[in-house]
Amino acid sequence: MTDKTEFLNGNTACAEGAIAAGCRFFAGYPITPSTEVAERMASRLPKIGGTFIQMEDELASMAAIIGGAWAGARTMTATSGPGFSLMMENIGYAAMTETPCVVVNVQRGGPSTGQPTMAAQGDMMQARFGSHGDYSIIALAPSSVQEMFDLTVKAFNLADRFRTPVFLMTDETIGHMREKVILRSDVEITPRHELVEGELPFRPGVDGVPGFGTFGHGLGVHVTGLTHDERGYPATDSADLHEKVVRRMVRKIEDARNEIADVDIVNPDAEIVFISYGAPTRAVQQLLADYPGIYGHLNLRIVWPFPDAKLGEFGAAKAFVVPEMNLGQMAREVRMHTNVPIVTAAKLGGALHTVAELKHAADVAATATAPVTEVVL
Amino acid sequence: MTLEEWYRQDRLPHIYCAGCGNGTILNCTLRATNELGLDRNKTTFVSGIGCSSRASGYTSSDSLHTTHGRALPFATGVKMVKPDHDVIVFTGDGDLSAIGGNHFIHACRRNIDLTVVCMNNTIYGMTGGQGSPCTPYGAISTTTPYGMREMPFDLCAVAEAAGANYVARWTSYHVKELTLAIRAGIETPGLSFIEVMTQCPTSFGSKNKMRQVSQMVDVLRANSILKDKADRNKAAGIPLEPGKFIVGELVRRNNPVLGGRS
Ligand SMILES: Cc1ncc(C[n+]2csc(CCOP(=O)(O)OP(=O)(O)O)c2C)c(N)n1
Ligand code: SF4
Repeated sequence: MTDKTEFLNGNTACAEGAIAAGCRFFAGYPITPSTEVAERMASRLPKIGGTFIQMEDELASMAAIIGGAWAGARTMTATSGPGFSLMMENIGYAAMTETPCVVVNVQRGGPSTGQPTMAAQGDMMQARFGSHGDYSIIALAPSSVQEMFDLTVKAFNLADRFRTPVFLMTDETIGHMREKVILRSDVEITPRHELVEGELPFRPGVDGVPGFGTFGHGLGVHVTGLTHDERGYPATDSADLHEKVVRRMVRKIEDARNEIADVDIVNPDAEIVFISYGAPTRAVQQLLADYPGIYGHLNLRIVWPFPDAKLGEFGAAKAFVVPEMNLGQMAREVRMHTNVPIVTAAKLGGALHTVAELKHAADVAATATAPVTEVVL
Repeated sequence: MTLEEWYRQDRLPHIYCAGCGNGTILNCTLRATNELGLDRNKTTFVSGIGCSSRASGYTSSDSLHTTHGRALPFATGVKMVKPDHDVIVFTGDGDLSAIGGNHFIHACRRNIDLTVVCMNNTIYGMTGGQGSPCTPYGAISTTTPYGMREMPFDLCAVAEAAGANYVARWTSYHVKELTLAIRAGIETPGLSFIEVMTQCPTSFGSKNKMRQVSQMVDVLRANSILKDKADRNKAAGIPLEPGKFIVGELVRRNNPVLGGRS
């Protein structure tokens, strides 16, 4: 097998990445601007022994991919904001039952049905905290069509490694833009750590993650969204057990922040440093090309768990500038991990940040002293 | 394999109230899987949330106890990935027809190869006796303290209209017939829907002047009209009396199936 180079849109590259990663079950419900992911899966999966199903809604889609995961497949769904909101209860179920699966959110303008055909990054906090209770997840943010392919593969590997739902938090711009993409044939696939006989399905192994008790292997695994003991049996009355279970599930991901982190660091000695993820990364890259050697850049390919240690790599930073297509959702997270002044450059409505706007934000940052300054673009 | 081996012995005793009909229905279901000689390692039980849905936790094979109303889409995912597995769903009347109503219709329309056992106690048991879409007209519940003022669903009629290949209704009194119906449901490709009218002495009986379990079972039996008799009555122009329901095999057909063994 050799690599193929094609000119594709991001959503199609995402579907190809999923297939390359071994995804063989996709359940979804159409919503702009994510639909091309489902359409590509519908045409490709049956030809390679996989299954596509269009469910009646997003609650059903999320449920189906969890069921499919326990039946042994690598599974994925794709949606946009309103559908993501509908998935939240079952996303919590996936977190509680430690079910590996991948959810693609091609973000559009919200709240509510908002702007179906325009880009946004308004679901970043929903991705982290949208379901009820305490839990942790992993989320990736591609900023090119190539990354749509590569990070989709990575999402599946992380899902299996940590037994958790993993989100690909992309947006309309990346989903619909066309770029050259290398469809790699030799992608690395992390094998699922299977439960072996004699192990308990919810007893953490050496790395804090239990082996996965795939159905049909004769292990008789019981899976419940109720608080459960290491056998997987409901145990809802013990404060101690609940605390232990929830803390372990949060810790298995939060403690691995540095292992999970995936960033680009440019000009670490700069005084004005941009922090970006997704589509705004492209504008920042253009600014850095136009003004070489002046600004620093921390590009986040993983947004959750937030790779806070990477902020420390910018020892000379006098201000961080955070351009986002929302009113400052990740800027709020950055604020939690640094005392360096932050300039938020929020932009709503779907248009990308321009280089001039980023330059203006950087100029404001050069004199910023307040903990958080919002620039009006 | 023995019948006992179908039970997750270390989880017993179960949480059901004394006199609850759910244990009987679980027994009938596992008797059916055992009599059919199903492979326990290729049998998956899926359930939603409610007293009835706890049944999946007492089976010794792989099982998914999911979210309220969503058992059918979870089961759909399992079946699509493992078409050679027998996937059996336990659900309650509220779980299936209120919060899960749309999934119910679509699972029947797809005619996906699942066996659905609905424990219809005409009430929300687990949350303490609120009205359900199957609560009889006029019945008292904690959210219908002056009597239910909405007409109940006929779940079998819904399943038939939506496209299920096999539809049957029995009661917790009819253990032999119920076991045979579940067997037939498992053996029939496509969606099999088996509704079991059952007693919830705790939440329904106590509010509706049926404090004795035996009294509840007697009422279920007395209200059951065998399909043959109902058909004859219909032909003679005699309508079904209010409060009575038809028991027996209501539908068996061979429409195209999703997710069946190939
Ligand atoms: C989303 C959601 N809404 C509400 C509930 C609360 N709840 C738990 S069980 C139940 C009703 C169960 O009734 P039924 O399905 O008839 O089952 P039974 O307990 O009578 O067997 C409800 C409303 C829930 N768990 N999840
Ligand atoms: S509340 Fe009703 S349905 Fe629930 S266990 Fe008790 S008797 Fe059974």
